[in-house]
Amino acid sequence: MQPIVNGVQGFMYPNEVELQWSILIVLYPFITGLVAGAFILASLERVFRVEAVKPTYRLALLTALAFLLVAPLPLQLHLGHPERSYEMYITPHLTSAMAMFGFVYLWYLMVVLVMEIWLDYRQDIVRLAASTPGPLHWLYKAMTLGSTNVSPRALRIDDRAGYIITVIGIPSAFLLHGYVGFIFGSVKANPWWSTPLMPIVFLFSAMVSGIALVMLIYMAAMKLRRRPIDMPCLDTIARYLFYTFVIDFSLEMLDLIHRMYEADESFQSLDFMVHTRLWTSQVLIQIIAGTAVPLALLALAQVVRLSEPRRRLLYAVAGTLTMIGIFAMRWNVVIGGQLFSKSFLGYTSYKLAFATREGLLPSIGLLILPLVILWVLVKLLPPWTAADARTLGGPHGGVS
Amino acid sequence: MKDAAHLLRLAGLFAVGIVLFLLIRRELVPAGFGEYGFFRPAAMDAVRARPMIYAGRTTCEMCHEGELKLLQSGKHAHVGCEACHGPQAKHADDSSSIKPVLPTPHLLCPVCHEVNSAKPKGFPQVVAKEHSGGAECTTCHNPHRPLPVGLGAEGIK
Amino acid sequence: MSMTRRRLLFLTPAAAAFLDRLGGEETQPPSKYLLADHYWAMSIDIGKCIGCGNCVRACARENGVPQGYFRTWVERYEVAGYPSERPEVDSPNGGFDGFTEKSRPGAKSFFVPKLCNQCAHSPCVQVCPVGATFETPDGLVLVDKTYCLGCRYCVQACPYGCRYIDPAKQTVDKCTLCYHRISRGETTACSETCPTGARTLADLKNPKDPIHEFLRTNSVQVLKPHMATGSKVYYKDLDGSVR
Repeated sequence: MQPIVNGVQGFMYPNEVELQWSILIVLYPFITGLVAGAFILASLERVFRVEAVKPTYRLALLTALAFLLVAPLPLQLHLGHPERSYEMYITPHLTSAMAMFGFVYLWYLMVVLVMEIWLDYRQDIVRLAASTPGPLHWLYKAMTLGSTNVSPRALRIDDRAGYIITVIGIPSAFLLHGYVGFIFGSVKANPWWSTPLMPIVFLFSAMVSGIALVMLIYMAAMKLRRRPIDMPCLDTIARYLFYTFVIDFSLEMLDLIHRMYEADESFQSLDFMVHTRLWTSQVLIQIIAGTAVPLALLALAQVVRLSEPRRRLLYAVAGTLTMIGIFAMRWNVVIGGQLFSKSFLGYTSYKLAFATREGLLPSIGLLILPLVILWVLVKLLPPWTAADARTLGGPHGGVS
Repeated sequence: MKDAAHLLRLAGLFAVGIVLFLLIRRELVPAGFGEYGFFRPAAMDAVRARPMIYAGRTTCEMCHEGELKLLQSGKHAHVGCEACHGPQAKHADDSSSIKPVLPTPHLLCPVCHEVNSAKPKGFPQVVAKEHSGGAECTTCHNPHRPLPVGLGAEGIK
Repeated sequence: MSMTRRRLLFLTPAAAAFLDRLGGEETQPPSKYLLADHYWAMSIDIGKCIGCGNCVRACARENGVPQGYFRTWVERYEVAGYPSERPEVDSPNGGFDGFTEKSRPGAKSFFVPKLCNQCAHSPCVQVCPVGATFETPDGLVLVDKTYCLGCRYCVQACPYGCRYIDPAKQTVDKCTLCYHRISRGETTACSETCPTGARTLADLKNPKDPIHEFLRTNSVQVLKPHMATGSKVYYKDLDGSVR
């Protein structure tokens, strides 16, 4: 084995030694993945009529919004010239997958999330506008867009519109996160990234992480509010998490087996990389701790009758490991793809700083920020539904 | 459609936003963008406008005819002047006040002529220290006409 | 609420755009250069390269290349018989200081100068989200430094590793084939200072250019032909082990 000099082993093209995309670019697909996944969970009830997960419908939407608001921040921090990012709106290069970011983001934020949340909450917003004193009163008033019409017919129209938006929202969510997979998957220069499976793998791992996130937030929120957890709801979410995870795992295994079987010119170099530099993050964290263990735990819950406290503990552990595993997957794709030389003759290393613009500290901050925003959103637009179901005209409305 | 008025209001807001976007976009797109391809044509001009640091051999030849004649008759006929003398555009622009510093032979010549197994086999290579015995390269070799030996530094004008 | 946020979205970057335009740096280009008359390329003769590093140094000086980054560089290959899948390759400081002897008896060794291949179907141009890197009508791939966001997608997309981020400007940078020289009738800095004529600028549109004879009579290859990038740097006698 060759010696390692300045973190470089073997030969790398001189300009390749420094990594171009840092932990911030790991964060971005992780965050948009959470958005897409949370939205898919919400759409389970709205479009596919899985009634059991209704208690998490609004929470899932607010979670998606909170994370979507933070999503552009890692990109802005990473850009050499963030003040020029408006250029993607005025001269988007149509051959570049990255160019669609601005429009897909805006479309998803405005037309899908904000509209769907507005339509679902409108009855509450009107009521809150009338009943809330102080400066918040004006905020709610602005949110009503001047209309106080909450007649049954208006609410039925809202419901219908919301349904249509969710239906549009599902492929939009796929596009929001799928294009990120395409950004990597279409780079022919990089064999670790270049595969048509990439957008699909990204999508399914996004759904897994998003569902796990909402599950964890729901459990945490109920605990904080000292309310009982709706176990049928939680069991159903866990079941869908399990199904989605099985598909995600199969896709990743397919990619791996395909690579090993074809063994093209890049294989030796990539294989060595996985066995050395990527061993901890890929094999130990992503595959074993982040996929195999949570899958086993979730499977256990499906086949063995466990008590409620045991199931809650199992879901919490499985959910947390899942989130770590999916983050590791993004890490292994983004960072892993830059650790080996395109000459297939060498490797470099990633030096993660702490308190720099692209360091660990801002990354931790960017993961905490959406939770803070979510807390604000939950206070502004409480997602908790009354124990009994429908109020007049609004199937998802009502505040406890 | 009184019951859908709020939706119409929202649609109106979106329409205003889109119009605003299109207007602002028209202002911000750089001049001439797309004329030659998907880019700002002034960028091509910007790259072309950079000043030169190396003068180029044809410029040197305009004044240094003696050296040129010597070069053409020897093994270094196709070696550019600035390959050894370094960038001289400033000297070419103002040759009276800016004089180039002559390179030190025993530091310069081995750059090309020191033995290295990766160099093409027919290329003249020596172990400089053994070959010269400590003497300066120009003791025996005229850099403008390196062979035959014996012309030495006196051969340089 | 949505309207206020939308307004802010546009006003702040619009201000930045106007400020950007105030600090312009374009000067008048030299006249008499017609884009349609040229289609630039380069030929490299592996059998002539002596690894002196003149090209690397000249390019750095001519173009103000920051230390540690390379618009052009030289690699040394050592191939010890069969199998030649894993040659020993090194490029100490890109070849800037030349190469010290590394004796490995019996090995086939040679130098390979590399630079931006000025691809006709450039993957780096394809992925730029805003049109900050582009193909000119006369065959060059250039970077618009006042437009580049520094997203680094093009650096990832280049199969040859010829792009880097200028640490001072925080934009991407790469070989321009000395456009400022070749449009004035001079040759590239690397070709100018190459003592053996291993590197030669070529103009495919000029019927008298030696490149046509070169391509017709020699064993010529481009780097990574399977990538179909339309590379316009033509190597004579490029060994199969070269990556």
